Amino acid sequence: MPTFTMQVFRGDRRAGDFKPYRVAVDPGMVVLDVIHRIQATEAPDLAVRWNCKAGKCGSCSAEINGKPRLMCMTRMDLFNEAEPITVAPIRGFPSIRDLVTDVSYNYQKARQVPPLRIKPPEPDGTYRMMQEDIDRIQEFHKCIECFLCQDVCHVIRDHEENKRAFAGPRFFIKLAGLEMHPLDTVDRSAFVKDVAGVGLCNITKCCTEVCPENIRITDNGIIPLKERMADEFFDPILWLLRRFRSQKKQPA
Amino acid sequence: MANHDYETHEHDVIVIGAGGAGLRAAIEAAAQGVSVGLVCKSLLGKAHTVMAEGGIAAALGNVWPEDNWQVHFRDTMRGGKMLNNWRMAQLHAQEAPERVLELERWGALFDRTKDGRILQRDFGGHRYARLAHVGDRTGLEMIRTLQYHGIHQGIDVYMECTIARLLKDGDRVCGAVGYWRESGRTVVFKAKAVVLATGGIGKAWKITSNSWEYTGDGHALAMWAGADLIDMEFVQFHPTGMVWPPSVRGILVTEGVRGDGGTLKNSEGKRFMFDYIPEFFKGETADNEAEADRWYEDKKNNRRTPDLLPRDEVARAINAEVKAGRGSPHGGVFLDICTRRSADYIRRRLPSMYHQFKELAGVDITKEPMEVGPTCHYVMGGVRVDADTTQSTVKGLFAAGEVAGGMHGSNRLGGNSLSDLLVFGRRSGLYAALYAKDFGGTLTVDSAQVEEATRRMLSPFERSASGENPYSIQSDLQETMQQLVGIIRNEADIKEAIKRIGLLKARARNARVEGHRQYNPGWHTALDLDSLLTVAECSALAALERTESRGGHTREDHPYTDDTWGKVNVVLRLKDGRVQVSREPLPEMPSDLKALFQERK
Repeated sequence: MPTFTMQVFRGDRRAGDFKPYRVAVDPGMVVLDVIHRIQATEAPDLAVRWNCKAGKCGSCSAEINGKPRLMCMTRMDLFNEAEPITVAPIRGFPSIRDLVTDVSYNYQKARQVPPLRIKPPEPDGTYRMMQEDIDRIQEFHKCIECFLCQDVCHVIRDHEENKRAFAGPRFFIKLAGLEMHPLDTVDRSAFVKDVAGVGLCNITKCCTEVCPENIRITDNGIIPLKERMADEFFDPILWLLRRFRSQKKQPA
Repeated sequence: MANHDYETHEHDVIVIGAGGAGLRAAIEAAAQGVSVGLVCKSLLGKAHTVMAEGGIAAALGNVWPEDNWQVHFRDTMRGGKMLNNWRMAQLHAQEAPERVLELERWGALFDRTKDGRILQRDFGGHRYARLAHVGDRTGLEMIRTLQYHGIHQGIDVYMECTIARLLKDGDRVCGAVGYWRESGRTVVFKAKAVVLATGGIGKAWKITSNSWEYTGDGHALAMWAGADLIDMEFVQFHPTGMVWPPSVRGILVTEGVRGDGGTLKNSEGKRFMFDYIPEFFKGETADNEAEADRWYEDKKNNRRTPDLLPRDEVARAINAEVKAGRGSPHGGVFLDICTRRSADYIRRRLPSMYHQFKELAGVDITKEPMEVGPTCHYVMGGVRVDADTTQSTVKGLFAAGEVAGGMHGSNRLGGNSLSDLLVFGRRSGLYAALYAKDFGGTLTVDSAQVEEATRRMLSPFERSASGENPYSIQSDLQETMQQLVGIIRNEADIKEAIKRIGLLKARARNARVEGHRQYNPGWHTALDLDSLLTVAECSALAALERTESRGGHTREDHPYTDDTWGKVNVVLRLKDGRVQVSREPLPEMPSDLKALFQERK
């Protein structure tokens, strides 16, 4: 059985350091299994968030050898036994303890998003939607809210001051999903521009790279939002046209 | 309160648990205009509902217009081997379609039929393709929809907060006491009504699809507060969990694989399910491969494949094949969808199964079969509730979802859980709010109860250095339940389990934790042992009592289903600190519903 050295961050926002643990690793184990083994043996108070252990709940985000990943989906056989593996909390959010961070920023941003307001139903009381019209949004709905995209986004990663006026990639796809929803009637343009701050994103695609659900956050979510903003606010012809036309959608 | 200060939050209704049932309950209670607090053990949106894969059962009739609530009701009762609370099964079948359509109005995007309606898929025990779904991540869609609808309804959400005890004023519930995971500090919720929506007990078994949260908190809280539990002997072992590698053993493989054309095979390549068709389901199950294969395309003229028998039947069959030496290399059987379906179809219909096997097991399910075996998945038993209002036998205490008993009888059909969460989540929120509005008296939180709960919570820190690591106690309990109260049981094993649980309880009283109160999983594990051992004991006691085999309870020493047992629930309640076991009659089904079972076999 190979034995790995795990360098696990222990501490909180005041103080902390990486602590080495030697752990025997069985075939097929993932990083989260190794963390659990450390808990069950050497360090019962090692703080970590996790739920499903199957890549579905998005709780066990961490930075493994510096890369934002889900611990439950990171197999140990990716790594070389000779090299120590560092496991750190996601850096984009304040530390609570060990691998657990304060992700309340995301829950605050979630509350700000203007919710769906749907159009009246068909005469039979139900709605019709074609599969091809919802494929793109279903891709966004795959989001497990692991917040790795938020963690890696450099608009906010080292810029606490930007957090106030920037919703982050997770909420750009949430907004894109609402804006593209076939039944929705709300116009979120001003929100997307002024409150969510999509203009700050400079499309480096870091979010897309770390998404464990392989959602094409930038190409399918953020860029269409940016294009809408460009049309809506910066295209002089459309601007003029709008002045003469009644708005179809209600502002949020 | 000399030693411990604590914060108090006051609401008309508090909901404990924020999965599908809890969120739906909170939304409904808020809609009634009362003040609502929603308490969750994890972060919002991470509850177990997120892992539900296959779909929500609801007789929408979009794919098969022949479907209606009566057919769904009949399937549910037959799947539960007629032990279900008939009224719950009826309400569930009648209200599920509206609950699904309501989710759509709140933004859920289910997969579509060609004419733009909600597509429905086949699942075990359902006569028609009935499950509204989103690929194989239906639970995620459901919880996200409820979460994002819920956050705009004025509900106060308390995240990462674990409830340790319910509080009572006389014979009424008046709130709950617990601790914040982050700070370890005591928190009190004062409320006129409490809704339990805490899910199940699967963490008492070793091989399980359930997460760390599933420690039977609500079951135990209810029992400690004086409520009855029923049907605790019925535990569902889902037939298809992953078996290899060891670290993923138990992770769920959706029944949707079989619904979408996957078949079970043993090491000889034989579709063994044809050898395990019980008398009860003979009339509706294909007895040869040719008919089973035709059924996928033509359900009118062919009977359903035995691969889609109810879960208890399939789990027992897999267990028997492995015991007979016809298992796969790692002690499961093979589940093959790649022979029938194209790679493209599989990736579209079952994306997370594809991903899960590829990433965790290095298996490409579009090219090779999966290895699967039974995994502890769901408890049918739970808090005894009034079918219409979901109120327990304690005033002001309501329960919905997996923590409530009765709806699924001795075995739950796949897809009936998500619909149960919505139907009874809504009802619990509604009736808890009405109860709170009607309640004219005053309630007082007894500080002695808070003090006692806090003392209990902190006791692991005060034990001597010789105290034991809580993780080893939990792991020994899981081993005990797996070995002795598993899929196949007998009297001697169950008695042994009860004895060992007694010893484990003594060890748990000596569980010790290191470090401080802030986000300390060792401490949380020590505290969870309290409820985990309580529900394990209840499950074992009920399993000993029921001397027959039915649904999710199989006794090798009593291998037959016994009609006299079909008329009673095993009821558990606490008396003078001990669990009392009794048999009480099932509510009798009215004759118009009985007639549904005589029409066709």
